[in-house]
Amino acid sequence: MLFALAITALVLVPVVVTFSSFAQVDGDILAHLTEFVLPELVGNTLWLVLGVGIGVSVLGVSLAWLTAMCDFPGRRLFDWALLLPLALPAYVTAFVAIGLLDFTGPLQTWLRAGWGITGLPEIRSRGGVILVMSLALYPYVYLIAKNAFATQGAIALEAAQSLGLSRWQGFFRVALPMARPWIAAGLMLALMETLADFGTMAIFNYDTFTTAIYKAWYNLFSLPAAAQLASILILFVLVAVVFEQRSRTRMRYGAVGRSAAQRRIRLSPVRAGLAFLYAGAVLAIAFLIPVMQLALWARTVLADDLDSRYWDFAWHSVLLAGIGALMVVAVALLLAYAGRQRPGTAITWTQRLATLGYAFPGAVLAVGLFIPVAALDNWLIDRGRSWFGFGGTEILKGTLLVMLLAYLVRFLAVGFGPIDSGLHRITRSIDEAARNLGSSTTALLTRVHLPILRASLLTAATLTFVDIMKEMPITLMTRPFGWDTLAVRVFEMTSEGEWERAALPSLAIVVAGIIPIILLTWRGARPLD
Amino acid sequence: MAELILDSVSQSYTARQIIADLSFTLPEGTIGCLLGPSGCGKTTALRCISGFEPIQTGEIRIGGEVVSRPGWMLPAEKRRVGMVFQDYALFPHLSVADNVGFGLRGQPSTERLARIDELLALVGLAGHAGQFPHQLSGGQQQRVALARALAPRPRLILMDEPFSNLDVELRERLSLEVRDILKRETTTALIVTHDQHEAFALADWVGVMHEGRIQQWDTPYNLYHEPANRFVADFVGQGALLSGEVINDHLVEIELGVLNGHIPVECGARGCDECVRNCHVDVLLRPDDIVHDDDSLLLAEVENKAFRGAEFLYTLKLPSGQRALSLVPSHHNHAIGEKIGIKLAVDHVVAFRRE
Repeated sequence: MLFALAITALVLVPVVVTFSSFAQVDGDILAHLTEFVLPELVGNTLWLVLGVGIGVSVLGVSLAWLTAMCDFPGRRLFDWALLLPLALPAYVTAFVAIGLLDFTGPLQTWLRAGWGITGLPEIRSRGGVILVMSLALYPYVYLIAKNAFATQGAIALEAAQSLGLSRWQGFFRVALPMARPWIAAGLMLALMETLADFGTMAIFNYDTFTTAIYKAWYNLFSLPAAAQLASILILFVLVAVVFEQRSRTRMRYGAVGRSAAQRRIRLSPVRAGLAFLYAGAVLAIAFLIPVMQLALWARTVLADDLDSRYWDFAWHSVLLAGIGALMVVAVALLLAYAGRQRPGTAITWTQRLATLGYAFPGAVLAVGLFIPVAALDNWLIDRGRSWFGFGGTEILKGTLLVMLLAYLVRFLAVGFGPIDSGLHRITRSIDEAARNLGSSTTALLTRVHLPILRASLLTAATLTFVDIMKEMPITLMTRPFGWDTLAVRVFEMTSEGEWERAALPSLAIVVAGIIPIILLTWRGARPLD
Repeated sequence: MAELILDSVSQSYTARQIIADLSFTLPEGTIGCLLGPSGCGKTTALRCISGFEPIQTGEIRIGGEVVSRPGWMLPAEKRRVGMVFQDYALFPHLSVADNVGFGLRGQPSTERLARIDELLALVGLAGHAGQFPHQLSGGQQQRVALARALAPRPRLILMDEPFSNLDVELRERLSLEVRDILKRETTTALIVTHDQHEAFALADWVGVMHEGRIQQWDTPYNLYHEPANRFVADFVGQGALLSGEVINDHLVEIELGVLNGHIPVECGARGCDECVRNCHVDVLLRPDDIVHDDDSLLLAEVENKAFRGAEFLYTLKLPSGQRALSLVPSHHNHAIGEKIGIKLAVDHVVAFRRE
């Protein structure tokens, strides 16, 4: 319980720190912020949230309905393949889209040269950002909505039809409203990711809070400004969190029954063809084409770039992701056990708070954890100087500490989910049975708990590992000197517009990202349940 | 195999069900049963014996060794008490054979394997050694759980509602099988259940529990025929209480006539010697104590009837308005509202002092 509270405190530190930044206001910077930066940021963010919200809902719900409820060629394949874009970080989709569709990109060049067509809409625009983010994030809505439709869609539709509604009416008047809590939960996750996204926004040069925090940090060298921006971003995020949590409670009450083997709607050949084309187009645009383009680009630079530096990036990524994953799994395990040891409302709430970090954008966490660690650092240096004559400027700042803490806070929920549900499978009577058969506590843990939890631990570690590999803002803002990772490399290359050279590290990230999707599909598990 | 003794055991702070002043002795090699409605404390009693709940007063002895007393208990893993859980609690990651062998660690592997084979044969699952729990039916899982508990040759086996997750037909067959298995292993066993048929089929000794106390610890036969109090009379078997008046130590007068018990009338506590003339009592009449006889002048109105195949169970309304039950061969099919002749066939009188 104490441990759980400590974790919760760690999660709340960034929030408290960023809000307390208003205590020390830098007048000039604040004036600059409110006058020039904020209006644009808020406008940009609202447009983005609105656009991506509509985009992921339409894509996610329509594809979920098709694969869960209808039968058309390739449905089984699409059922899991439509999740593949999850493996592609939005910033990768983003630079591929720009590389392909920009004025100088192959498509426009070809159109101009061959057909004399010009005046295609500019990809580096608000519309472009929204499109890319929607394509990258629709799987969140798709996955959860698919589960909702699969469990209650058929019953809802049959009930509606028995009451004299057509199928379309049944979908809009019964099935869709019934699935609303699920769709809302998926939507909120997608929007949290949108608010947290840094890489895509940087590539598109679309100013939102995350990029502004980064600029305040690196260009203005103003921690308070960064923190103040972070606190405003948290307000946006908290709105999403509240909606998400509310949808989740309603999901629990809303679950009606399970239709084990449901009858799918048979589409007419024309409609089935259209469904195939639609799902195929989404899959191609959101995953296949970008990956192929990455591969093509990567081939052109393979000879030059596949040097020792590349392996350094890869090694750093793997090392950080590995340490981070182990840390997350260890803490998640302890947190889950705390709940098992003393079940009750207090511990449940503590667990919920402790795993709230998934909602906090990486940029916010970087700022919110750097400030207290820096303060602790200064205090330690002062003490060190007065007590031991220690000379130096940083003890903790220059280490991996801030980065790993930020990973822990951000990805604890990812590790906690599978471990907690795994632990719930070990009932109290299983413990007692082992005891009655003469097991000591150690034997109970090694002979019963560990083997039963092994798969859950593996899932948790894999998911966390891949998430950390993809992570950009925390790594970028808090890495110690010389700790460049694949994601950092992608950022550096894309900020110089060198798409080909960004492709190679991206490809490695994507390949790693496919692993958990295969894992999820095989085990039929749901990542965020 | 060992004798189990509970000596005025109480427990009220950690569990939701409390037990108060619980005492009984289960002789070595016999099967005992704690029978009672849910919430009566029987599961708590079991958990105290298995070593998962501390006790506040009294002591628990297994084979003469004290295993629990206030402020101290022998850890569950050192008690050598086997337990079969209501949900079986099989280890999902182990095969049937490994489940059974779980408690045999530390033994030479030949002995271990021999014991596993022996037990799987005993519970009739010899061909299933390599399967995993989720591949088995409920009844098979139950038998694996029993084999697993028996494997380390515990001093005592405890079973918590062992058949409650099974369907009725299987329940009856398995309870006989389990009795057979336990007897063959000559194990002392204590079973908790709310189902009296199960208790009667399995147990040599049954303790009826109510509100944390044992109301009566006796053989199934005696529980039915000589219930110690109203609760036991009501909970075990069917019957009706009719008001009566004591005439002398062998005779009681009720609405239907004078009952002559072959044994002295006992009301209230056993051996009550306050039963004197004019003492008001309630007399227990089991359905087989009232016999249908068309020639009888005693008439009662059929108020309800339940068809049981070989017989009808009639609910009868007596002239005074009191109700009684009667078991009648099913060719005597009478309509509801009809008045039928009855007569008493009471072997011995069970009476409780009017409260």
